[in-house]
Amino acid sequence: MLYDIHLRMSYAFGDTTASGRQQLRIIPQNVPGRQRVIATILDLQPRPHERADRLDFFSNTVVETAYREVRGGLSLHLQARIERDFTPPTLDLSPRLDGFEALVMRQRNLGPRAPHHFSGPSPRLPPNAAIADYARAATEGATTVLEAASAINNALFRDMRFDPEATDVDTPAGEAFANRHGVCQDFTHIMITALRSLGVPAGYVSGFLRTNPPEGQARLEGADAMHAWVMVWCGEEAGWIELDPTNGIAVASDHVLVAVGRDYADVAPVSGVLKMAGKQVITQAVDVVPVGGP
Amino acid sequence: MTARLSSGTTSAAHLLRGYLPERGVADELLDANGTIRPVWQPFMDYLGAMTPEELQHRTARGDHYLRDAGVYYRQYNAGVSSELEWPLSHVPILINEADWASISAGLIQRADLLEALCRDLYGPNLLVEEGHLPASLIAASPEWLRPLVGTTPRGGHFLHFVAFEIGRGPDGAWWVLGDRTQAPSGVGFALQNRVATARIFADHYAQAHVHRLAGFFRSFRDALNGMRNQQTNRVSILTPGPLNETYFEHAYIARYLGFGLLEGEDLTIEDGELMVRTVAGPIPIDVLWRRLDSSFADPLELDPQSKLGTPGLVSAVRRGSVTLVNALGSGILEIRALQAFLPRIAERLTGQPLLLPNIATWWCGQQAEAGHVLANVERMLIGEALSTSLPFDPDPHAPPRLDPQALRQALLTNGAGYVGQEVVTLSTTPALVDGVLRPRPMSLRVFLARTPTGWEVMPGGYARIGRTDDSTALSMRRGGSAADVWIVSPKPVPQDTMLATPGEPFLRAVPGTLPSRAADNLFWLGRYVERTEGHLRLLRALHLRLSENPDGGNPTIAQLREMLEDRGLDSASAPLPDGFLQTLDAAVNSASKIRDRFSVDGWAALNDLSKTARRFSTRLSEGDDTARATGILLRKVSGFTGLVHENMYRFVGWRFMSIGRALERSQFMLTNLIAMGAPDAPEGSLDLAVEIADSAMTHRRRYSVSTNRETVLDLLALDALNPRSVLYSANELHEHVSYLPGSDVFSQKSPLARAVLRMQADLAVLTAETLDKAALESIRSQAYALSGIISAAYFK
Repeated sequence: MLYDIHLRMSYAFGDTTASGRQQLRIIPQNVPGRQRVIATILDLQPRPHERADRLDFFSNTVVETAYREVRGGLSLHLQARIERDFTPPTLDLSPRLDGFEALVMRQRNLGPRAPHHFSGPSPRLPPNAAIADYARAATEGATTVLEAASAINNALFRDMRFDPEATDVDTPAGEAFANRHGVCQDFTHIMITALRSLGVPAGYVSGFLRTNPPEGQARLEGADAMHAWVMVWCGEEAGWIELDPTNGIAVASDHVLVAVGRDYADVAPVSGVLKMAGKQVITQAVDVVPVGGP
Repeated sequence: MTARLSSGTTSAAHLLRGYLPERGVADELLDANGTIRPVWQPFMDYLGAMTPEELQHRTARGDHYLRDAGVYYRQYNAGVSSELEWPLSHVPILINEADWASISAGLIQRADLLEALCRDLYGPNLLVEEGHLPASLIAASPEWLRPLVGTTPRGGHFLHFVAFEIGRGPDGAWWVLGDRTQAPSGVGFALQNRVATARIFADHYAQAHVHRLAGFFRSFRDALNGMRNQQTNRVSILTPGPLNETYFEHAYIARYLGFGLLEGEDLTIEDGELMVRTVAGPIPIDVLWRRLDSSFADPLELDPQSKLGTPGLVSAVRRGSVTLVNALGSGILEIRALQAFLPRIAERLTGQPLLLPNIATWWCGQQAEAGHVLANVERMLIGEALSTSLPFDPDPHAPPRLDPQALRQALLTNGAGYVGQEVVTLSTTPALVDGVLRPRPMSLRVFLARTPTGWEVMPGGYARIGRTDDSTALSMRRGGSAADVWIVSPKPVPQDTMLATPGEPFLRAVPGTLPSRAADNLFWLGRYVERTEGHLRLLRALHLRLSENPDGGNPTIAQLREMLEDRGLDSASAPLPDGFLQTLDAAVNSASKIRDRFSVDGWAALNDLSKTARRFSTRLSEGDDTARATGILLRKVSGFTGLVHENMYRFVGWRFMSIGRALERSQFMLTNLIAMGAPDAPEGSLDLAVEIADSAMTHRRRYSVSTNRETVLDLLALDALNPRSVLYSANELHEHVSYLPGSDVFSQKSPLARAVLRMQADLAVLTAETLDKAALESIRSQAYALSGIISAAYFK
């Protein structure tokens, strides 16, 4: 599938100035065998005083920008053409859950996709007893890592209510879980916490979701803004498998990957602070349209 | 064991009565036979020859020096911080040169090992790949900073200044208790301990063949200066600020070595280069001695909660435009569990065993090791695997003491979170307790600096002495003290100081690089102190009148109350209202942020003022009592301003403080004149205005009439010779502003210079007759506007 992606964001701060340094993690990356970046154009208005592009520790594309006393507002427009063809494997190659922790410990690797980064608590995700209890109950009877992960994916989709008004980017996973509501970020954080409590490494994936579904299928939640889902380490052979608890599905060709990290803090589309006197108004719009298709 | 001292070995026998090291514990002073070690003999003879009175007199002199030098450390207790006097244990620790040489060799090997380990952890990670280090341990540590992975520091080295905490075990051998690589503290305190101890025992010290410390500091200073990419860039210390426990040391070392002292807010990144924000605009800087923990250094890429950092610092490091001492991320070397792997890593990386062993450590993330710890739990100190605190420090994150059953459970379910460390009994060293010597446990911090020719070890150190014989009570928070360390040579040692040697070219430091933050604080310090004075003058006038008219019959009483009210001071609530005390606190707060730019005396005077005001505030009564108290406080304000203005170097910082003062003074006067010069002002207002301005005598002399509106306005607004007049303040502003950077570039005046000039000119063309309320208000709004213009131009 070939997609044209548009992401538009703007900050308006009236007749005041803003200065600061930010990092953007919004440009999709190549994922061998799954996703190919054909072209990306990132237009920043006004032009930042400094701009530098590089890869971060997890191999995500980062654009660092600096502004000095910009008046009125800032806007960005990302255009990307992405080829995405991926069908999740039907065969479960993941190891047994039992004894999996010891297997993880034996991995002698600290590279960007080494499971160790994703197994312990991370800055935004401390252990949570209620989520751990839930994970244990939801995975009763699961024998393999993938079975366990799928069970949690389905359970969260079943038990949590999607509610864009209920939480914000700073809501802790424990709080969203206690109220059983939230958006993709909350679903993702809760599922990562659950998997880690079972000794299964899990990471946060940010990306885009196809705006309009193929004919005959329901529209997926999260298509109006940047989306988030979970990647699960399923052993050396099966590798990383992505699941989308907000929609209760395995990730296939409708998802376009942008960045991965331990939790939201590692992949936030915009991080850093703009210092300004007035109040800012932020808008965001996303379009992911198949090229030549509906 | 009893001290087996044969009297006759020393004249210090009376000091050693009751000096009884515990069995099975090594002692620095006495060998296993109870004989004084040779290196101590001359010092003990010297001590013994002293009368108890003289000894007491000398130690008191040392304490006095430390107080005068303002040495303190900050302690936090239940959220309240206080500055505590420096607890010096007066008797130094003596170590002979030969023993020191072997300690030094072991520590140099260790410093090289840590450098190699750091390079691997932020580079190829071969140790993990080969199984010498568990990947999960590194990945779980918040000290391993992912944004720095793959970055080699400019110049190639991660470590430039390290410290090791070492102790002597029962068999007399030295052990490494912990490694300090993040931002080692103590070197400035070690220097202060030396200065104080050398004073106490001055006559002996001069000929005792004690290695001097200055050479070490000079080498390190030169090494840091040598890493700059241009001579004009000033090496600076990056401090977390005055609230840090060891801020005194940061300020002191900066002064001693001639380095700048900066906070994260002083720095900015422009086009990948590190800059200091100064009143003259951004100027480049490229070598920072970092005393701020790595994770706080850059909120953009490291801890986003940090208020102490500089956004973009990591990107500057990545581009190789700055050298940080030590590199960001070097804190990973401090995690306790690493000690379990270092012996093997040493073999792997250097092919040599460790010359100095570290404290035996087992990481419980491995089954066999966890089993060993459980089997020997009574000889173990159980701690958090990722903790970076030293074994004898109180650790805020220490796991709660667990009963054996719970401990077993914890080690079995989360072994990776714990280490077991063998309990080491530290040696004891003599400390003066009530006039006699007592053995007290000690550990030693040794400092190493990288120079172009390799690691140099400071010949001395920072010793920590326990308060009791319990070796877990070494830390100051638990009542421990600090002592000097003398490395004693059998031969005379070269005398050395940091002073330039004759014949060296004379260099004058480049002036004019005042950081904006410091300028801002100096400006506000000037304003707050002047405001305090204004408040005091109004309060004094009020209470003088209250003492004469207790029933409030004088109409100016109501007027004064209203004027105080307008300034946020509720004069009916208390003789010294809260608003007044808050202004004074604000002055102290501003001053505390720039203490490195102040004389110790100025700081003491301001603190004395603030403490006295606090003390008065609880026990004054209205009227005469308060009038007298405000008089005392006014004299203390003058004491401070006198000290500052008599002694402070006329650099640009002093200009900012003076501008703050003149601006505040002009506003104070204008506000008073608007109120008291009004046609409907109560009778006595004009006399009041003159009284508050301390100008009654001048008025009598200059105008042979009683006060009227014209004479008062002439004297208080337009008289260029009256230091309280508005015109005088405006002239002062003009003078100071003309010295500020960018004030006059090729005859092009800055917006600030123009605004001051306009105010000055407007005043100059007025006369007492034309200076009506509207004119006064117009001048005052010009004065108000100046503050914003100054901020925009210099404090950004």
